[in-house]
Amino acid sequence: MGVDRRNFLKTLGVVGSTLTMAKSFGASASDVKSDVEFDGILFDSTLCIGCQNCEIVCADHYGLPQQEDFPEPGKKREPNATSRIAMNCYETSKGEMYMRDACNHCNEPACASACLTKAMLKTDEGPVIWREEKCMGCRSCMISCPFDVPKFDYDSPNPIIQKCRMCFELLQEGQKPVCVENCPAEALLFGKRRDLIEIANARIYADPENYNHAIYGEHEVGGTGIIYLASVPFEELGLRNDLGTVPYPEYNKTFLYSVPAVLILWPAFLLGLYNAAKERLTKKQIEEES
Amino acid sequence: MNREQQIGFFKFFTNELKPKGKIITPFNVISLITILVAIVILVIRFSKGLGSVVHPSQDRPWGLWINFNVITGVAFAGGAYVVTFMVYILGLEKYRPIVRATVLYALLAYMFYAGALLLDLGRPWKVINPIIGNSFGLSSVLFLVAWHFILYMGSLFIEFFPTVAEWATLKRQRRFFSSLTLGVVIFGIALSTLHQSGLGALFLMAKPKIHPLWYSEFIPILFFISSIAAGLSLVIVLESIGQRVFKTNMSVSYKSSHSRILISLARICSISLFVYFFMALLVFLHGKNLEHLNTPWGYWYLVEIIGFVLLPCIIFLSAYRRQNLQMIRIAAVLTIIGIILNRLNISTIAYQWYADSLEFPTWMEVVVSIAVIMVQLLVFRWIVRRMPVYKESPSWINDKKQDKSFSIKNKSLTLNNRREKWKVSAE
Repeated sequence: MGVDRRNFLKTLGVVGSTLTMAKSFGASASDVKSDVEFDGILFDSTLCIGCQNCEIVCADHYGLPQQEDFPEPGKKREPNATSRIAMNCYETSKGEMYMRDACNHCNEPACASACLTKAMLKTDEGPVIWREEKCMGCRSCMISCPFDVPKFDYDSPNPIIQKCRMCFELLQEGQKPVCVENCPAEALLFGKRRDLIEIANARIYADPENYNHAIYGEHEVGGTGIIYLASVPFEELGLRNDLGTVPYPEYNKTFLYSVPAVLILWPAFLLGLYNAAKERLTKKQIEEES
Repeated sequence: MNREQQIGFFKFFTNELKPKGKIITPFNVISLITILVAIVILVIRFSKGLGSVVHPSQDRPWGLWINFNVITGVAFAGGAYVVTFMVYILGLEKYRPIVRATVLYALLAYMFYAGALLLDLGRPWKVINPIIGNSFGLSSVLFLVAWHFILYMGSLFIEFFPTVAEWATLKRQRRFFSSLTLGVVIFGIALSTLHQSGLGALFLMAKPKIHPLWYSEFIPILFFISSIAAGLSLVIVLESIGQRVFKTNMSVSYKSSHSRILISLARICSISLFVYFFMALLVFLHGKNLEHLNTPWGYWYLVEIIGFVLLPCIIFLSAYRRQNLQMIRIAAVLTIIGIILNRLNISTIAYQWYADSLEFPTWMEVVVSIAVIMVQLLVFRWIVRRMPVYKESPSWINDKKQDKSFSIKNKSLTLNNRREKWKVSAE
């Protein structure tokens, strides 16, 4: 099988263009790390009194309707298309406890890596925000999110994705998120994620009897911006313990990395196969004719 | 084209627009009613939001339109890349008669199923965002799939264009697009490999939500392998229906090749189903899923894998040995059911399998889903009745080649003449 100049150039072109594409894919897959420390929130469920003030001020601040119901054991409340945070009550081995249900602002969020328009964005400061002007409403963020956080507004012809954005705009003005600012029990603490983990550890050391010796969100799904303390195992508070510690975008990486490889190798392989088959066929033809 | 030709073409085109064949048939009546109802439903959907029409679920955000029409439907369009691979790359000429129908089916499938995607998008007017480049989500699998859809639709169109050109007697355009075929086929196969598996990769991050029997990191590979059997099984069914419905639009040589092709396809289906079964078995063992087998989910999994993968695999094989067309068709239908089951299991049934309640699509969702398929079939029929898909190509396509060789001869003639002239002048 002879490789003439034309075929060689063709193959070269294919390989060259795919290599440049591969480069852009590679660059995008590895996130650009900035020097800014991620912001985060520590939720200490041992302090929470279930007053729902965080729900009220959040709805107030964003012009959303107030929720009519309140946390009860055995009832699962969830954020929905018109609310960004929901408090739940759980009957645990140490009595009734409250747990927060809102976006966890993962360090490497699945939603942002699933988004084909970068509408879901992990900001350098830490909050994961949804941007209306980019989103096309495909809802793959909802498919990918391990916590089922993003909610889709089914009742509007111009629907939005509703989720907590850690009051990103307030943070940029140097303020705290409204839920943290207005928590009467001081169950919420805002700060740099790294500091919050130290504070959480300090609380556990200071009061080992009271706390479950773990921080939910320190390692879960590669680390989350919202971290949790509790006096009981986290499963009792409705948090999933089967999510693993691998950042979710990792599950895609093998596939995405194989894309440029397939785009390079397949056409070259197919071209070779084509030439081999052609040679075989012409040989056959010549044999038949003679 | 001069003015007269333009008028001639216009007349030809308007004439072709008229329906051919009987207008009032059960199929036409049913499809027309379905499509009309679907249009009404879609008007409601776009004016009042998705929730007014589909089952609004926050836990299972993708409904029937995506999980059935797009994710399942595209697997069945896989026949095109397999058949073009066999004919254009491997040079297996015996499959050439079915190339055009298969490519046409795939082209329409992609057009209408990508259309179904638009219906399901919450904000479809933003669909331009990932295409024009102001927001490239390069780390997104869906981004990749979307782009591959668009590029592959283009490839399929170029592959099919010579047929259109033969119908409209566009000689020059036909020659140009025919010369592109091989490159486009190679490109198309690479794209198909990636987006068939990419549809599976969409669910890779839904790891905690899909039942372990269906989730594995090998979903993309399983999707790709099963799309071979899915695509070819659909070709078998399509050919079998086509033999009855399009009798009058079929050339004699096409009709006679039917059983021979079906039997060869049965063998390939059997092999690819076996490979798929074997892969599924490896994934099952690799995932240490034995504990899940003796549960209701395990039985459901066995129904899919034994009843709709292994069984059709065996039927295909014995049908191939006995050269039995009826058995081949049964196996093809079983395979199709199996692929539908598999895709719906991953995307809907075993997705959020721990949820208390099962969620069912609304009747309006179902009507639109069916209407999308109906429109596809109607357009398919419209084209088959007019263009040389099953028919023989017009005779002028062979003239061209002679013209070319003739002109080459002429050129060499003139060259010789010139040489003689030079000789003369040199002397």
